[in-house]
Parts: sequence; structure tokens; C-alpha cells
Amino acid sequence: MKKLIIAIMCSVLVLPALASASEGGEHLIKADVDLGNKASLRRGAKLFANYCMGCHSLQYMSYGRLARDLNLTKEDVYKNLQWAYTGKHSMADYMKIAMPAAEAKKWFGTPPPDLSLVARSRSPDWLNTYLRGFYVDKSRPFGVNNIVFHNVGMPDILWQLEGMKKAKFEEVTGPEGQKEKKFVGFETVTEGSVPPAQFDENVRDLVNFLTYVGEPGRPAHERLGVWVLLFLAIFTAVAYALKKEYWKDIH
Amino acid sequence: MSERSDKWQGGLLGWIDARFPLSSLWNDHLAKYYAPKNFNFWYFFGSLALLVLVNQIITGIFLTMNYKPSSTEAFASVAYIMRDVPWGNLIRYMHSTGASAFFIVVYLHMFRGLIYGSYRQPRELVWIFGMLIYVVLMAEAFMGYLLPWGQMSYWGAQVIINLVGAIPYVGDALSTWIRGDFVVSDATLNRFFAFHVIAVPLILLGLVVAHIMALHEVGSNNPDGIEIKKNKDANGIPLDGIPFHPYYTVKDIVGVGVFLILFFAVVFFIPTMNGFFMESNNFIPADPLKTPQHIAPLWYFTPFYAILRAVPDKLMGVISMGLAIVVMFFLPWLDRSKVKSMRYKGPLSKAALTLFVISFFSLGYLGLLPPTPERTLFARGFGILYFAFFLLMPIFTKLERTKPVPERVTFK
Repeated sequence: MKKLIIAIMCSVLVLPALASASEGGEHLIKADVDLGNKASLRRGAKLFANYCMGCHSLQYMSYGRLARDLNLTKEDVYKNLQWAYTGKHSMADYMKIAMPAAEAKKWFGTPPPDLSLVARSRSPDWLNTYLRGFYVDKSRPFGVNNIVFHNVGMPDILWQLEGMKKAKFEEVTGPEGQKEKKFVGFETVTEGSVPPAQFDENVRDLVNFLTYVGEPGRPAHERLGVWVLLFLAIFTAVAYALKKEYWKDIH
Repeated sequence: MSERSDKWQGGLLGWIDARFPLSSLWNDHLAKYYAPKNFNFWYFFGSLALLVLVNQIITGIFLTMNYKPSSTEAFASVAYIMRDVPWGNLIRYMHSTGASAFFIVVYLHMFRGLIYGSYRQPRELVWIFGMLIYVVLMAEAFMGYLLPWGQMSYWGAQVIINLVGAIPYVGDALSTWIRGDFVVSDATLNRFFAFHVIAVPLILLGLVVAHIMALHEVGSNNPDGIEIKKNKDANGIPLDGIPFHPYYTVKDIVGVGVFLILFFAVVFFIPTMNGFFMESNNFIPADPLKTPQHIAPLWYFTPFYAILRAVPDKLMGVISMGLAIVVMFFLPWLDRSKVKSMRYKGPLSKAALTLFVISFFSLGYLGLLPPTPERTLFARGFGILYFAFFLLMPIFTKLERTKPVPERVTFK
């Protein structure tokens, strides 16, 4: 019986060989998310309000929850996270936007999606790569393209911070002999208002914030999990001792 | 059972026993149900399946308190449960992880039956009730997966219901009838909700009762595959049997503890299981106009999905997929071996079982991936092995030489 199980396990381990390496896609840059870093989350919230929230809502996130989780006061929220022209929202309101979806569809081709769950449907690493992946492409309506989201409808919203860059491609021959363009790196065209390292930090804060928004309950959930597992470990130990005691007389 | 006059001496319990068979139910199913004393690791999964069923029902009840079965509100109501309902994320993760845990536990439970011949005479009905539970569970999981109304929910349901369309003449009408519309829509979501929260669970509970009643009528099998009822003491109690309660209740509680540690490790720390338990595409609301590039069912359906895709003809694919499940019902009559347990079967049975398990895992793995020509070729090979295991079973179990079976149960 044991040999059989070992044989099965060994052959199952060979399976991933069938997932050929051809499923490419660009290499993603690690986002190093740290949900415990509230200062980073607050900076991310600020960036989101300033750069993203003109077009993107967080319709499942309430201002109140955000304020509570990031240790913000009501005044912080009213002054820094809400736009004066859309009117004052109550803390119980969800973070919606004023842009009408029908109009947005005309302007961008597709309405800018709600970003409440984007860190979960994509991934923090993907977002990190995406936000740093815009490059000049004159053939696109907004003059930019993206390395992980080909022909994206979104303009390079962070260009003032980052500056503009070109993407360098190399001709390579694919597995079936076809010519393919392979991305090899960026080349700066114009400098941004912040140094590159600072910009990467900014993006990281933003990604950190979006990851938090994707699942605000995550940190508390994990803290609870430690206690639950600790309890279960003790419970199981006691249950095992009880079982041993009962089974002493069974041979 | 005891005399009527005794019952009246028992205080409250006696009063109840005179009106309801409480003591006799307790004795028949627990305190005086004699189970073989040599149950091993594989025997934990029956009680664990019951535990997961209870978990699904309780968490499910709480989810329905805030879930809204409407195509315009369903996705948002799930987000609301995850964010704004106190303990909502815990309840939802327990339910979603429970769905996958249910299949893990049930697959291991079925594998136990397979290796120790628990389906053999006189336990054919135990096996058949069990298979019905498995089929109903698949329906339950499939309909439940539509409810979050994400992209994968929507398109998974669309693909699976379209399979019905492969049936000649009535297929299209039938799939429209199932959906209640020409595409998966609000009408589909509403009826799936009704089936998922009440109709199917009722059937499931009834079948579980039948499964346990049939088992307790004939008694449990054991790793040696021998009947403990053949050797009884003067009181008619099997020599190798021990009362289920307290011996197996205390033992199963240990199993419950270990299971819950693993279960809650997933619930709290990796609830999506990197896309195996929750797919990332399902965090995007259902969009009938945007088909995802790659639609794959959740892992527990993928062995059958791989068989479906491996067959070039759509109708034949659907039939093959159906037969892959139907053939399992016939296991009690396909196994012609003189012995029940794999311990005493010959090398042919052991080799066949190994190949079967490998092909089941491989099909499951291939079903997760987008198809390529070579993967389809592999899926065909493993699909043939899958069916060969069942169809050749009457031959190899009859041909091979078996080892002698002991008189009494053994501990290994």
C-alpha cells in the first residue's frame, strides 16, 4: 500500500512538465505589499484621490471604513480625499465618482472600471508593473501604450511624476519560427518631477493602498487566524490524549 | 430492547423513551453500533464529510441573510458581505473553502471505498447512495458557483449549460428551459439560488440519511475487507467490533481537530488557494459581452472536463463525461475478486489502481489548463486509462491470484 502511494505521488509530481513554458507574458515586478504600513497606505490613499479618482471609483469602500482603518480623522477625509466640486460626502458614503459611465465610454472606448477589487482580479505585482509600464507610442490616442496591458485605453496618468519613457524591443524568433517583438527595457525620454527611486516608492504606496482596498478585512482576519489555530492545536492535543486513554484497552 | 416497565423507571429519559425511540436510536447508531476495531487513517473522511456538510449549511444560512439573488445586486452583495457585514468575510471564506474541502474529503472517502472494497456485497446500496450524494454534490457546487455573479461564475455556467445543447433535437430547447432565458441571466441566477439553498440541500440531507442507514444495517467494512459479524461472542457482539461511541467518537474528534487546523489555515491565510478555491477572474462582475480568454471549472470538476474536451465530437464528449461518472455506480458488479481489500488482491489490481489514480490526477491537471494539441493527446490517453480501469476490472480481478485473507482483523 505504501509503495503504491509513493508511486502515485512521484508520477503526480511530474505533471507540471505538461505546462509548457510557452505561457509567457512580461515578467512582473514584485510589489512587496505591506498592509501593516499605515503611513504607506495613507500616502497611497492620497495618490489615489489625486490621480485616480477622477475616473475610477471604489464603490465598495466607504469613507468611514477607510478613515477607521488608516487612522484618519473626518477632517482628513473631507480635506484631502474628497473633491470640492462633487460636494461633501458623508463618512457612510461609498467612494463613488461623478463621471457618468456612458460619457466615459465615449471618451475612453470603455468606461474606467471600478477599482475596489482590482488587486484581487489582477494582482499587486501586476498593478505594480502596469503602473510603471507606460511607454510612448504615437499610434495610440493618448500617445502611450503599456507593457503588460497592450493597447490600454488609459492615459499615462502619472507621467508628470515619472516623466516619459520609450520601450526598447528586440526581434526574436518564436517557437514556431514566427517573428516576435520581445521587450528588453525602457529608455528615459523626459525626466519626471521626482527621482525614479521616489517614483517607484509612490507606485508601491498606491499598489499597497489598492491591495488594502481589495480586502480591507485581511489584516484583522489573519490576526484572528493565529488565535484560532492556536486554540485548535491545544484542542487537538487534548482530544488525542483522550483518544489514547479510551483506546488503552483495545488490542 | 428493554421491557416497557423498565422505561418508566428512567426519569426524564424514560418518559421520552416511552414516546420517542431516543435510547434505541442512540444505541443502534452509536453506543451499540459495533465497528471493526482496525479502522485506519482512511476512515476519518466519512465523519469529516458530515462535518463539512454541517459547516456548509450553517455558513450558507448566514450568507443568505445578506446575499441578493439578482443579476444587478448579487456581485455587490457579496462585496458587502466581505467588507461591511461583521464576520462576513470569515463566513464567506468558510463557505467557499468548505466547498473545496467537501470534494477533497469526499474524494478521499471514495478512494477508501475503492481500496478496501467497501462497495462489495452486502454494501452495494451504501455505495450507490454515496454515488448519488457525489452527483448531487456536484450539482450543488455548480449552482452555488454561479451565485457570486463574477466573470467565471457566469461563463462557467454558460459553458456547462451549453453542453446540454449538444443533445440532438431537444438540446437547444432544453438548455433554454434550464436557463429560463436564451443566455445565463437574472432568471438563471434566481432559480439556481432556489436550487442551491433549498432544493438540492434537502435531497442531499435525505441521501446522507439513507447512506448512513444502509451502512448501519449491514455494518462497516474494514481495511482487511472481512466481515466482523462472522465471529461473534456469546452475547452476539462481534469479537472484532467495538462500540462506535465512545471509541470512534473520541478518535474522530482527533481527526476533526487535525482537519480543522488545515481547513482554517486555508480560510485565514490562503483562502483563494492561488486560484484553485477562488478564481481571480471571479472578482470581476459578470459581463455577458466579454468572454474570458480561458474558462476553466473549479478543480473538482476538471478530471471530467478534461475527458469532455478530449473527445473531438461535442455530443460524444458530453456522453463520455457522463459515462465517466455513471460507470462508477457499477463498481460493485465490476469487481469480481475473491477478496475485497487491496491488501489481499493481486499485482494486477494494484497496478490498475495506481494507473487509475495517476490518470485521475492527470486529467484533473489537464482540465485546468487551456488545451494544446499535445495536452489533448495526453488527455485522451489518460481518459482511456480511466475507462479501462472500470471496464477491464471484471477481467483482471478474476484472473489474478489473491492472497489468503485472515480470519480476524489485523492492525497494520
